[in-house]
Amino acid sequence: MVAAASMAARNRPQAEDLRLPVHGTARMNNRTRELIAFTFLRLSALIVVLPIALIICLLVIQGAPALSLKFLFSYPSEGMRAGGIFPAIVGTIYLVLGTIVFAVPLGVMAAVYLSEYARPNALTRLIRLSIVNLAGVPSIVYGLFGFGIFVLLLGFGVSLLAGSLTLALLVLPVVIVAAEEALLSVPQTFREASLALGATKWQTIRRVVLPNALPGVITGVVLAIARAAGETAPILFTVAAFYLPRLPRSIFDQAMALPYHLFIMSTQVPNAPPGIQWGTALALLIIVLGMNLIAAVIRARFRRRRPW
Amino acid sequence: MAGDRRKITDAVMEAVIRFSGITTIVFVVLIFVLLLRNGLPVFRYTSVPKFLFGRDWLPLSGVFGILPLILGSLLVTAGAVVIAVPLGVAVAVYIAEVAPPRVKEFLKPIVETLAAIPSVVIGFIGLLVLAPVVQRLFSLPTGLTAFTGSVVLALMALPTITSIAEDAITAVPRDYRAASLALGATRWQTIRMAVVPAARSGIFSGAMLGIGRVIGETMAVLMVTGNAAVVPTTIFEPVRTMTATIAAEMGETVQYSPHYFALFAIGLVLFVITFAINLLADLAVRRSMASR
Repeated sequence: MVAAASMAARNRPQAEDLRLPVHGTARMNNRTRELIAFTFLRLSALIVVLPIALIICLLVIQGAPALSLKFLFSYPSEGMRAGGIFPAIVGTIYLVLGTIVFAVPLGVMAAVYLSEYARPNALTRLIRLSIVNLAGVPSIVYGLFGFGIFVLLLGFGVSLLAGSLTLALLVLPVVIVAAEEALLSVPQTFREASLALGATKWQTIRRVVLPNALPGVITGVVLAIARAAGETAPILFTVAAFYLPRLPRSIFDQAMALPYHLFIMSTQVPNAPPGIQWGTALALLIIVLGMNLIAAVIRARFRRRRPW
Repeated sequence: MAGDRRKITDAVMEAVIRFSGITTIVFVVLIFVLLLRNGLPVFRYTSVPKFLFGRDWLPLSGVFGILPLILGSLLVTAGAVVIAVPLGVAVAVYIAEVAPPRVKEFLKPIVETLAAIPSVVIGFIGLLVLAPVVQRLFSLPTGLTAFTGSVVLALMALPTITSIAEDAITAVPRDYRAASLALGATRWQTIRMAVVPAARSGIFSGAMLGIGRVIGETMAVLMVTGNAAVVPTTIFEPVRTMTATIAAEMGETVQYSPHYFALFAIGLVLFVITFAINLLADLAVRRSMASR
């Protein structure tokens, strides 16, 4: 308390502020100032909420009329100026599945390392710094990396495999951070009880810690899916195709993808019908926000039902 | 015997898990090495000063000066920071200190939703809705300008800045507020002179991470800034950022050509910049934790 008070005093160099408000006008001044400041704060919240509301309303109003079953389940036709987005949806689903296959086992194991094995030393510090940096690397740099290493160096070509691996790297920090948080929330006493029964450390992790952390881990996985489904820059040169007349048949095939499709429909195809553009944007938004909503619901239910 | 097998499994799994932890370091190093290997060869065709400070980006003629691209990125980023940092911090203060619980519960998910919208969707809206407004408002020849990019990027940096700043403000001990209020300060004086100063490392860290996100942002910028690779003079002109250049040109280059190397070298510059920004933000967070 004393430290806080002296700190507050240190941060107030002006003499007038140090004095308690003695007469009415000074008090009035402070109150008025507070009123003005709070009005500005409320206004800034409004300034932030308005564009978000506008973006979502626009997408729903403009995109909803285009979203028919025919649009979702047919191929683009007439030089992309008609038809639907079926191959782009399927391509995005394949890409997301591929991403999960690579990112989840590795991410969860790395989280297990951090929560169960890591000691507070330089190595752990370096690992944490690496995760922060992986999360901060620009998505286009992931695209370059994936192109350089998976497409060219390892010879996978522009393919689902190269794209999935690239996206997996991008979402790895998302999975690790969520999984670690979930693992840390499992009470220490659970581990002690298991070890006291004679279980090894790995048995404890597999039978006690991981099952109890599962909902949190799943939350992380769903968030990773949302992220992977919406990214464009990393797939530009690793997997995305402008147009394919058929669905990909192997992991070495190229694929169309929803975010890339939206990009080309709004910048590369002259006179693209607005209905197709807005419909594609809304479909992508529904998938991504839907995944986020699912993650939020799992998290909320997990918190409520937690047995401890 | 069964006990032996258990012990072996235990040791094997520990090794696998340790390895998984260390792969995160391996990936960062791998990205850096690959960018170096594919980027440095550009200096067989140009010099470091000519590359960094050359005023002309004419890849088809073999002239690789990235100054206009660096300035493009800086201009768009600076504009976004001017808008997003004060606004983001103000919203954080509002959510943490002023808003009634019900408003708070409504605002937080909205800000999180903004973070989840894919950048290509934001770019699409910027292209179709914001750019025409900017063009008419300032009577410009085109609405695809650095300013448009700044507005779009500010929107994308806001959730990062707001959520980290809000965490930092909420983490300020209650005692600070109680002490300040007990001295007769108003709530606003308490916020301004006790709470926000105590949370400044966290606020700084949020601002840095927001800047990191803005500098690295690709698709939205590619779609709304007009992509003119010239040294910009005002914010109402088309510019081209480093990220947009890579995105727009990588698909058309010949492998292992000077142009290919030059694009990887831009990637290297971006990697180094974002690495430094993340390090700064991380140090700020650690400092604020250590002082508690």
